[in-house]
Amino acid sequence: MSARTLYEKVWDRHVVVPETAETPGVMYVDLHLVHEVTSPQAFSEIEARGLKVRRPDRTFATLDHSTPTLPAGANGERPYFTAAAKNQVETLEANCARHGVELAGWDSDQRGVVHVMGPELGLTQPGMTVVCGDSHTATHGAFGALAFGIGTSEVGHVLATQCLLQRRARSMRVTVNGTLRPGVSGKDMALAVIAAIGFGGGTGYVIEYAGEAVRALDMEGRMTLCNMSIEAGARAGMIAPDQTTIDWLRGRRHVPADFDTAAADWLTLASDSGAVFDKEVVLDGAAIRPMATWGTTPDAGAPVGAPAPHPRSASDQKALDYMGFTAGEATTGHKVDVVFIGSCTNGRLPDLRAAAEILRGRKVQPGVRMLVVPGSEAVRRDAEAEGLDQVFINAGAEWRIPGCSMCIAMNGDFVAPGQLAVSTSNRNFEGRQGKGARTILASPATAAASAVAGVLTDPRVFLSEAALLMQPSAARAAIGEKHHV
Amino acid sequence: MSEPFKVLTSKTLTLSQANIDTDQIIPARFLTTTSREGLGAHAFHDWRYEADGSAKPEAVLNRIDPTEQRILLAGPNFACGSSREHAPWALLDYGFRAVISTEIADIFTSNALKNGFLPIVVDQATWDDLAAHPEQPVTIDLEAGEIRRGNAAAVPFKVEAFARQCLLDGVDTLGWLQSKLPYIQTYERFREPETI
Repeated sequence: MSARTLYEKVWDRHVVVPETAETPGVMYVDLHLVHEVTSPQAFSEIEARGLKVRRPDRTFATLDHSTPTLPAGANGERPYFTAAAKNQVETLEANCARHGVELAGWDSDQRGVVHVMGPELGLTQPGMTVVCGDSHTATHGAFGALAFGIGTSEVGHVLATQCLLQRRARSMRVTVNGTLRPGVSGKDMALAVIAAIGFGGGTGYVIEYAGEAVRALDMEGRMTLCNMSIEAGARAGMIAPDQTTIDWLRGRRHVPADFDTAAADWLTLASDSGAVFDKEVVLDGAAIRPMATWGTTPDAGAPVGAPAPHPRSASDQKALDYMGFTAGEATTGHKVDVVFIGSCTNGRLPDLRAAAEILRGRKVQPGVRMLVVPGSEAVRRDAEAEGLDQVFINAGAEWRIPGCSMCIAMNGDFVAPGQLAVSTSNRNFEGRQGKGARTILASPATAAASAVAGVLTDPRVFLSEAALLMQPSAARAAIGEKHHV
Repeated sequence: MSEPFKVLTSKTLTLSQANIDTDQIIPARFLTTTSREGLGAHAFHDWRYEADGSAKPEAVLNRIDPTEQRILLAGPNFACGSSREHAPWALLDYGFRAVISTEIADIFTSNALKNGFLPIVVDQATWDDLAAHPEQPVTIDLEAGEIRRGNAAAVPFKVEAFARQCLLDGVDTLGWLQSKLPYIQTYERFREPETI
């Protein structure tokens, strides 16, 4: 057999009926993750046809998007933002009960943002096909799974048949060579990659991330990188399983009983040396700086402190106008109103540690609202066991219960009109974090540094004396005497 | 199952902005519904309404007659962003039946085709030509696979073969997938990976 890519190997394992010129292939789905927002119409559809969920054992549900991140009140009532949100959650609870689907509901210690929860339970495994009615499903590709977001009609298809109609995508390899510098994270790499490919540059492709800098990422960093593949237009992003993958999965709840046999198989999934990709992109990891966006698309990323670019199009100018930034001027001079740490992109334990490292012994700048939302109950437990919650609370941040929260702003956590947010989430679209909200995407370290300084700030000012001198005066003043090395 | 799509003749509405994302088409706060119906009221909500809920009189989407302009002529990378099928539901409910752009996001394309909403990718010259003639009706002929405008030369376009057939015939894709059940059973019996 000719040399195959990781994507082709996983694809080949799941072909139920091969594709032809006239019809797409039928692809088997190993794991179907479900949440409350994109599933109700799918359950209605299959029920209207008298169908059942074909494989409840391969279906797993959680509550995350519409859920409040403040705990239930003294009366036991959850503080839902709207009656519709409450109804949506109750609809999923009823659908799961009726169809025998396991739900990590309010009472579960496993509940979490769907793309945080799946991997940490070991539901996500290398070589699997994983789908969910959510475009950030590519997150699971960090394990060498083929994982992508689907629409509600397709959620119905998978519920009813455990299969999807699919055509094979084109392949792109993104190689990041070298070593990331201190203070530079997987999020910065993701923003640099998207800036290089362009917002729609990955449309029609499945990306495989490779190279020394990708290999050096921990699993959480890899998840962050794969998570944002859709922000370059690619439905899926994948990384070949290696020892890091195996070590991370070992002992998790749903991994195969004969783990070592499975692990040996997972290591065979890596792209063959002669495999050919339709497109190759190469970046130098050592050249990546802490990144932040200046516009209203995720590809509008630049090193923190770089001047906002001169617009190349009417859309660029519109984005600058919306953000209130001026071409040729650094975006680090603007007062930040909100800092959000969390989401399926950056709501995991190492993300919270990176933020806490900067906040420890420091205060959030007065006038800045900082929200820290762990990605799952497990992340919350681990963070609290380490005392990270106290670091955040002592710094003046709000410590919430898990959910998508301010990333998608449909649960009542939102950025007010006109306010500027530095956010660890994945989308800076107009109004994404609330009507009129202005969003800068950045890493957890950059977000935390910005909370302390009150303006967008390179986190390395807290890591090295020399870098401090390169910061704009507002940041220097804010950091001032609190800066210790 | 959606109604068949064969031929559509309508004037276009041009929204030339690049990267019109799914949060513009239907903001996330309107996704708490459990139904597919009625989302047209929220289509492009933040372009059409002020914070207090009053309609913006200058917003083009509040001024047109959606029954007259059923084809959206959109800037590149249309409907990028989320997987929400609420985007094509909202566009259909508002009155659109098709979008023409130089680039359309993957997941939206997949969702749209399952709902009888036709996404068409054309080259820049074709897009510019259509944008230059907003008053002239355009015919999208799916059977012939071409776009026609007045006496201008017909422009061919491609739609994935199976999706095209489903639209022309009103084929129910879930029903078709169910017809493959024997293959699915065979797969599960002999090849299903031992996982979970």
